[in-house]
Amino acid sequence: MNLNFSWMAWTWPTAAFFIVIALMLVGMGVWEYVSPGGNPRVGVLRFETTRGDRLFVSLLGSAFIHLAWLGLVGPNLWWALALSVIYAVGVFRYV
Amino acid sequence: MDKTWNNKAWFLVLPVLVLVAFSAVIPLMTVVNYSVQDTFGNNVFFWAGTEWFEDLLHSSRFWEAMVRNLIFSFIILAIEVPLGIFIALNMPKKGWGVPVCLVLMALPLLVPWNVVGTIWQVFGRNDIGLLGYYVNALGIDYNYVQDPFDAWITVIIMDVWHWTSLVVLLCYAGLVSIPDAFYQAAKIDGASRWAVFRYIQLPKMQRVLLIAVLLRFMDSFMIYTEPFVVTGGGPGNSTTFLSIDLVKTALGQFDLGPAAAMSLVYFLIILLLSWVFYTVMTNYDAER
Repeated sequence: MNLNFSWMAWTWPTAAFFIVIALMLVGMGVWEYVSPGGNPRVGVLRFETTRGDRLFVSLLGSAFIHLAWLGLVGPNLWWALALSVIYAVGVFRYV
Repeated sequence: MDKTWNNKAWFLVLPVLVLVAFSAVIPLMTVVNYSVQDTFGNNVFFWAGTEWFEDLLHSSRFWEAMVRNLIFSFIILAIEVPLGIFIALNMPKKGWGVPVCLVLMALPLLVPWNVVGTIWQVFGRNDIGLLGYYVNALGIDYNYVQDPFDAWITVIIMDVWHWTSLVVLLCYAGLVSIPDAFYQAAKIDGASRWAVFRYIQLPKMQRVLLIAVLLRFMDSFMIYTEPFVVTGGGPGNSTTFLSIDLVKTALGQFDLGPAAAMSLVYFLIILLLSWVFYTVMTNYDAER
């Protein structure tokens, strides 16, 4: 059987993006194995969140930070990435 | 006693994982790949980076479609939710009228989207359509093919006709689940009709209403078939909603890169709104 995935149009940057996401999920799995229960708590949003919720909020927020940077500032996204990391740290710390 | 862990159960999730991978994850990955490239077909791609996203975020066409979509969703929610509650409150709670009303309410939901579009396309025509002909006979100049306002009115009435039943059925399910004891207590207290609605029926319907708002918002935000069949996105671009614009870009112009970028932004907005609704609903449950 000859599997041809050329229609998926893979590139190294997009592959790296998905590898990072997959590694994050694996990392969350390991974290859950080491410290089960998802560490639920009520943060600044005034409702209960688990680690998984915080990762989701971080990733979704980061996507919008990148889009906002692209639309309002310009195509150099390294600053948007730095801002997203700060945002994610904030989410994991306070949400 | 220690918990028994049996991780073999995870294998039962495998079929779902495979299904989701093929129906959602792999297509989504492909869309991400397309969104940073350009193609002229034949599986030949050229790197474009963030160009399509920049174009999209500075595109008045995209933002106009977005605003149109939001206005449309807001209008249909503002009509369908109160109307659905009103009808559900006035539906019979016992007797032969119950199955009759339920079947009548379910009928529009059983009609496929493209058939609904075709029905209203013919219904609204001012030469052979019942609605269009008689509205014009009353002296009102109505022509959804030429007038953007008439096109909007037609699309909104069509959506209200098609989907109010869903809100009605959900609210009705919430209403019939209220025990009689609540009404009896209200009667003893001499509560008015409004007080019964405000303090008994509305709180008991809150959960189903949230589901109704979520479903109707999502569906109206993704609306495609009905307005496409009736107006084709026109006159001009007046009823071109996001999904119609997306299909025009992807299939009409074969601009796969820009269409993929638009799909991703559209997806992110839907994801954000779904999360907000989901959070509100689950927290409402937790508070109860």
